[in-house]
Amino acid sequence: MRYSIWNVLAQGLTGHRGWKPVWRDPAPQADYDIVIVGGGGHGLATAYYLAREFGARRIAVLEKGWLGGGNVGRNTTIIRSNYLLPGNEPFYEFSMKLWEGLEQELNYNAMVSQRGIINLFHTDAQRDAFVRRGNAMILHGADAELLDREGVRRLYPFLDFDNARFPIKGALMQRRGGTARHDAVAWGYARAADALGVDLIQNCEVTGMRIEAGRIRGLETTRGRIGARKVGVAVAGWSSRVMAMAGLRLPIESHVLQAFVTEGLKPFIDGVMTFGAGHFYVSQSDKGGLVFGGDIDGYNSYAQRGNLPVIEDVAEGGMALIPALGRARLLRSWGGVMDMSMDGSPIIDRTPVEGLYLNAGWCYGGFKATPASGFCFAHLIARDAPHPTAAAYRLDRFRRGLMIDEKGQGATPNLH
Amino acid sequence: MLIPHPLLGPRDAQEFVYLGDAALIDRPDGTAAGIEAFHDYLYLRDNPAGQHRELWYHEQGDRSWLVVTRDTVTHEILKAELARDVALARGRGR
Ligand SMILES: Cc1cc2nc3c(=O)[nH]c(=O)nc-3n(C[C@H](O)[C@H](O)[C@H](O)COP(=O)(O)OP(=O)(O)OC[C@H]3O[C@@H](n4cnc5c(N)ncnc54)[C@H](O)[C@@H]3O)c2cc1C
Repeated sequence: MRYSIWNVLAQGLTGHRGWKPVWRDPAPQADYDIVIVGGGGHGLATAYYLAREFGARRIAVLEKGWLGGGNVGRNTTIIRSNYLLPGNEPFYEFSMKLWEGLEQELNYNAMVSQRGIINLFHTDAQRDAFVRRGNAMILHGADAELLDREGVRRLYPFLDFDNARFPIKGALMQRRGGTARHDAVAWGYARAADALGVDLIQNCEVTGMRIEAGRIRGLETTRGRIGARKVGVAVAGWSSRVMAMAGLRLPIESHVLQAFVTEGLKPFIDGVMTFGAGHFYVSQSDKGGLVFGGDIDGYNSYAQRGNLPVIEDVAEGGMALIPALGRARLLRSWGGVMDMSMDGSPIIDRTPVEGLYLNAGWCYGGFKATPASGFCFAHLIARDAPHPTAAAYRLDRFRRGLMIDEKGQGATPNLH
Repeated sequence: MLIPHPLLGPRDAQEFVYLGDAALIDRPDGTAAGIEAFHDYLYLRDNPAGQHRELWYHEQGDRSWLVVTRDTVTHEILKAELARDVALARGRGR
């Protein structure tokens, strides 16, 4: 069913009795050409682009829980393409361009909102670094603007501009950045993939891999054996566990990241902003809740929930920036398991097992990457060659000394 | 999380800095081991779901390194030892 205003009107006049389930719920077939493991944003987008752009058929997505129950439904929904390094910026800008046409393409309201993102700076050195980053963005065809203190004040007069330790001196702004409704992104890709014949199989956990003579033959799952010519793994925080089934150790640690939302407030913050002196980022959802987050907890975790010290730290960061935040009441907090890589950048690559492909290492920036990650992973699986914007995301880059370390932290996953 | 420090008793995990897998104690010999061994040591991790032995540094305390055994699924802390004792038992230098 194609969604349109006429559709809504017709359904409204007939008591909304004609709406159909948005996707089928098929039982797994005995085998497929391509199986994608993980029904998060990246897995669903990969299946969609495989069918839509690369003419692949007989595709299944296997999800151990429900579609969108992982990080794609847990993130703070920020989308942007404000990276510095040449290995990253073209990829994220490609993603931003895909976001811009996504809803029309999928015929689904993903609430993509280019409300603008500002990264605040608090020292001269930080300003210089942001100028450099802005220039790198512009060179790669993205948009960037430097705001001075008055420019920031016009947008958000209520910030603590004269904070004694972290006075606000200005910001790097990307007007095309913003937010998207995270669940709707998963649902939109799922619906569009299903319409192209992709089998979306839920409650189906992959428990083993069938590998013969160095080639993938299929998967063991909680819903039986499923044969496959090619397998693409996109399981975010669970990457190490799933790839261990193929005997691989990854340059990844799993860490928990928390997020928070306040009770609904009147319109207050109409864009996205990040604090430059601590780790704190915030936007306001269309329902009015302030959605915000900060650092990962910092220790390995598969728990999908974090601890109180980080809540305190995030709240302190928020208060240093927006004193009025202290009057808002926190409604909920939750956590997701991040696949933190050794250089803070992702992996979209082949593996030593023929026919087995890996999409992982998204740290806490993988939501904005969803469209490009799906597109590039589909490209790799279908053509056995990397997409030009994702060519640097190699699994063996650590061995070859070609890290993409935006933050310059080295091999310390919990600091990226 | 409370870490049962072998010398100081239960301490808030907030006083510690986390380094990661305790296998980092077993650094390969710089002259004997090849590049592969160093690559694996530096970049690859087991990253288990379940029991994990890991290094915590008591920065805001007595500045000792501990090997903490913790469940990464429940966050339950099962054991804490002085990293020094663990390293010595593994036959590492001083
Ligand atoms: C609190 C929080 C805030 C974040 N904020 C942002 C942000 O503002 N901007 C941004 O760009 N990114 C953000 N991120 C990161 C982003 O959400 C992730 O990087 C991205 O969603 C990961 O890709 P995914 O959607 O495919 O993962 P997921 O949705 O986690 O999908 C992986 C799926 O694999 C399934 N799976 C795992 N093991 C198996 C198995 N054995 N068999 C079958 N299925 C399996 C899981 O159940 C899961 O559904 C945030 C993350 C969190 C947790």
